[in-house]
Amino acid sequence: MENQFLRDENDRVDGIYKVTGKAKYFAEYELPGLTYGVLVTSTITKGKILSLDTKAAEKAPGVISVVSHLNKPSAPGYEQEGGSPFKIFYTDKIFFNGQPIAIVVANTFEKATYAASLVKATYAKEEFNTDFEKAIGDAKAKKLQGQPDYKRGIENAYKTAEVQIEAKYHLPIETHNPMELHGIIADWRPNNQVTVYAKTQGVKATQGTIANVFKIPIENIQVNSEFVGGGFGMALRTWPVEIATVMASKHIGKPVKLVITRMQMFTMVGNRPAAVQTIGLGANKDGTLTGITHRAFGETSVYENFTEGVVNMAKFMYQCDNVNTQYFVVPVDLGVPIWMRGPGEATGAFALESAIDEMAHALDMDPLEFRIKNDPEKDQQRNKPFSDKNIKEAYRIGSQKIGWSERKNKPGSLIDGQWKMGYGVSIGVFNANRGRASVKGILKADGTLVLQSATSDIGPGTGTGMTLIASKLLGIPVNKIKFELGDSSLPPAPSQGGSATLSTVGSAVNDVCVSLKSTIAELAANSNMDATSNFVEVLKKNNLPSIEVTKQSQAGKERDDYSMYSFSIHFVKVKVHSLTGVVKVDKIVSVGDSGTIVSPKTARSQMVGGAVGGVGMALTEESIIDHRYGRYINNNFADYHVPVNADIPEIEVHFINKPDPYINPMGAKGMGEIALIGFSAAVANAVFNATGKRIRTLPITPDKILASS
Amino acid sequence: MINFQYLRTTTAKSAIALLLKDKNSKFIAGGTNLIDLMKRGVTAPEKLIDINHVPLKQIELVGDKVIIGALASNTAVAENSLIKEKLPLLAMALNAGASAQLRNVATVGGNMMQRTRCGYFYDIEMPCNKRQPGSGCGAIGGFNRMHAIFGTSDKCIAVHPSDMCVALTALDAVVVLANAKGERKILFKDFHRLAGDTPQLDNNLKADEMIIRLEIPINNLVKNSHYLKVRDRASYAFALVSVAAGLEISNNKITDVRLTMGGVAHKPWRLTASENFLKGKEATVENFEQAAKLAMTDAKSFGENDFKLQMAPNSIIEALTVAKSKA
Repeated sequence: MENQFLRDENDRVDGIYKVTGKAKYFAEYELPGLTYGVLVTSTITKGKILSLDTKAAEKAPGVISVVSHLNKPSAPGYEQEGGSPFKIFYTDKIFFNGQPIAIVVANTFEKATYAASLVKATYAKEEFNTDFEKAIGDAKAKKLQGQPDYKRGIENAYKTAEVQIEAKYHLPIETHNPMELHGIIADWRPNNQVTVYAKTQGVKATQGTIANVFKIPIENIQVNSEFVGGGFGMALRTWPVEIATVMASKHIGKPVKLVITRMQMFTMVGNRPAAVQTIGLGANKDGTLTGITHRAFGETSVYENFTEGVVNMAKFMYQCDNVNTQYFVVPVDLGVPIWMRGPGEATGAFALESAIDEMAHALDMDPLEFRIKNDPEKDQQRNKPFSDKNIKEAYRIGSQKIGWSERKNKPGSLIDGQWKMGYGVSIGVFNANRGRASVKGILKADGTLVLQSATSDIGPGTGTGMTLIASKLLGIPVNKIKFELGDSSLPPAPSQGGSATLSTVGSAVNDVCVSLKSTIAELAANSNMDATSNFVEVLKKNNLPSIEVTKQSQAGKERDDYSMYSFSIHFVKVKVHSLTGVVKVDKIVSVGDSGTIVSPKTARSQMVGGAVGGVGMALTEESIIDHRYGRYINNNFADYHVPVNADIPEIEVHFINKPDPYINPMGAKGMGEIALIGFSAAVANAVFNATGKRIRTLPITPDKILASS
Repeated sequence: MINFQYLRTTTAKSAIALLLKDKNSKFIAGGTNLIDLMKRGVTAPEKLIDINHVPLKQIELVGDKVIIGALASNTAVAENSLIKEKLPLLAMALNAGASAQLRNVATVGGNMMQRTRCGYFYDIEMPCNKRQPGSGCGAIGGFNRMHAIFGTSDKCIAVHPSDMCVALTALDAVVVLANAKGERKILFKDFHRLAGDTPQLDNNLKADEMIIRLEIPINNLVKNSHYLKVRDRASYAFALVSVAAGLEISNNKITDVRLTMGGVAHKPWRLTASENFLKGKEATVENFEQAAKLAMTDAKSFGENDFKLQMAPNSIIEALTVAKSKA
């Protein structure tokens, strides 16, 4: 089926706003009487606050108040001490280094910053451990309810296979570090009316959290978040520091703005958890997989649990009758993690897709051929057909574009002076979600359409995608359509996460447009107009300035009948310097298999961004803690290395672009996660192909290349 | 933030006079490091003396020396045609440092005065003998992947972060300093110090002195010089190790050679023994390997930086090989 969308090279609808500074982010709102909050943080890792001396800070110029556990305002949802989630200022316990223990509010940011340095705490210190791998060794791992072991066929079947590999993979903590720092503006007014300007992936979620903590009606709370400067998962939760800011505003009766520092981004707003994984693979000599065992340990905090789908992919990605997985969490004395782009699966895919490459090498098979040989026809985990899966075609396109035929199966075969060249491939997969959302459409006699939904756009181009869906269905030019989001008073939609927004909200846009179209047709018929009449004429003829409709849309039975996933294939060419160990990514080809591509330009941007994030995960990103002190040591942009332009080669993006017949009316599946998932393994596999060195600990820095034999 | 006084002056003489007036004052030029240090609470000067308007931005050839004013920006030096022609090693080193934005405002004098990037130095909750003498060294027994392998002390294993200074050491630059009474000259290689028992002191600049200019003798290393920087990403990252290498080759023999390493010591680390070994020998990989081995004689690592014991000699060989191969 020809895709009516792909011919369209529409720009991002808010692109001009973003590049000219007209897009207003949360921290840019100026409210009358705005005050500034700065956090005081714990300098110990575990224990109890014995005293908190705020006198000097309170006397400092410009200071309005210092709010802490000693004087916090009433937050009825926090009254019962302990339990999860962490209740800021309702405990004197310290759970991690850098934990906020007070917020100083002053009439300027500078004055608040200075006054915060005057707050002095004394503590009763306790023994702590921030070293995740040490905690595993100390048998601190635990299995949580809702994370049961999985078994299909024979457990640990790989141990009796003709060809076996078993390997252990290590991932460090990664910190999201979007350009925009986290924070909030909170304005608590009389009669418990609250307005916030937030950096959030879900305005309704923020609204609900504030309502729960302060036990006020949800209608009292207005959340605004029209533009978000990157989230990557870290803004999927209303963090304790945001609640602290709402408390401060309630306490002083004035609006308070909090923008945390880059250093605080490492401690109080989550991270991709560290992980240790063991993979066992068994195969017949002909390359048939006979056993997969995936055992994973993920970092969590002592005060809240965090889990993610690290072992999901092993259960269905390859044809294999014997699969077993286990997932444990390991609490350490650090801030709680949160989902980071490609959550869980990105972690799991590094291990699984490295192991698949290791097995192909053990079998002396081309790793691409090995993957194709074990590509499943149906989802063995759920015992259902896939709704749509075109992996073999994606392999064909990607391998041709990267020049896979140049690759030699024997590592270290391609040499240019001191540089060794290699090629790697990996697969990424993520559940193709569809949730429930409502959209309101207002079709006006002036020829414009306004669509409204309380969804978010953290960067993927949500407004652009929705506008294009409506434009195609109603034949209205893109510049006559406005999609409004980031406002909790609009019709409800879920948070932007799990690559589900286009599928979920787009379906509701579709339903609204279909409904508007039929209303116009009815009106046309009633007024004896041609059924194909322009809606402007129809509205005018009927003396209607506008018509509006609100539709709620959600998935149906199709989700019971089919297994729905988005897929990606990543091909990478690297060169590795023999003497210095430096790895350069030379070329990237990513192929997305995620149904219909609704907005080609923003879809491509998603894939490019995922590849850049993947290079970071593979080669440079690692949050380092000195476990003697429990403090981060590289918590700034000079020392926490995200890739720079000079690290990124040409990135080619291709799409299969065939509609998924079952997922939603557009046939479109999510892309944000698959752009990253698996990518780091493609790099590690390419490094192995170049050098014969198998690096199982990310990131692959020059020292690891030199140390590996 | 803590308040400070801001003063601006237009002559070196008045700048030095202002400096003498108040012990707790500091010059500020590009500010690319000083502002960070103030934000982190590492330093809190009461007065900042802005010297950006002091006319010390010259880059010129005087006799057989290239003169560079202390306030010439890193970009101005790196992009200058005289520097590219006569001292390409310096241009390469400058371009390997920081980012374009930082190089545009960072000055030559400021580059020399930048402090270490050791994480323990910047976190005022951590021990650091350089920041707070007697508090201990966090890096010894801690995160020391970026740290020194030469000339270390049990008080401090931090490295000097500059690339420019590595090239200037190799190029036998001379630093001209001034105080109220007049000027004095010291060799660039003697400007920075080893940590020893006084890690709080990075260099030999006296409290009443100002850096005025550099004098760099022109040389015959132009054709065969190379600055190699090995780092975790391709730009805007400090060196794991770096090597400034310059060769003068005639009749197949090395007649002059300069070798200095960065990222390995509390100051740019001149490899004198390796240079002496190579002088008069043929420019072969075997001789480069011998020179690299000699360079490592007194190296000592601290755990996470063990890899430098291999990366450093490898990088010396690579830098020399690339320098030699330049046509």
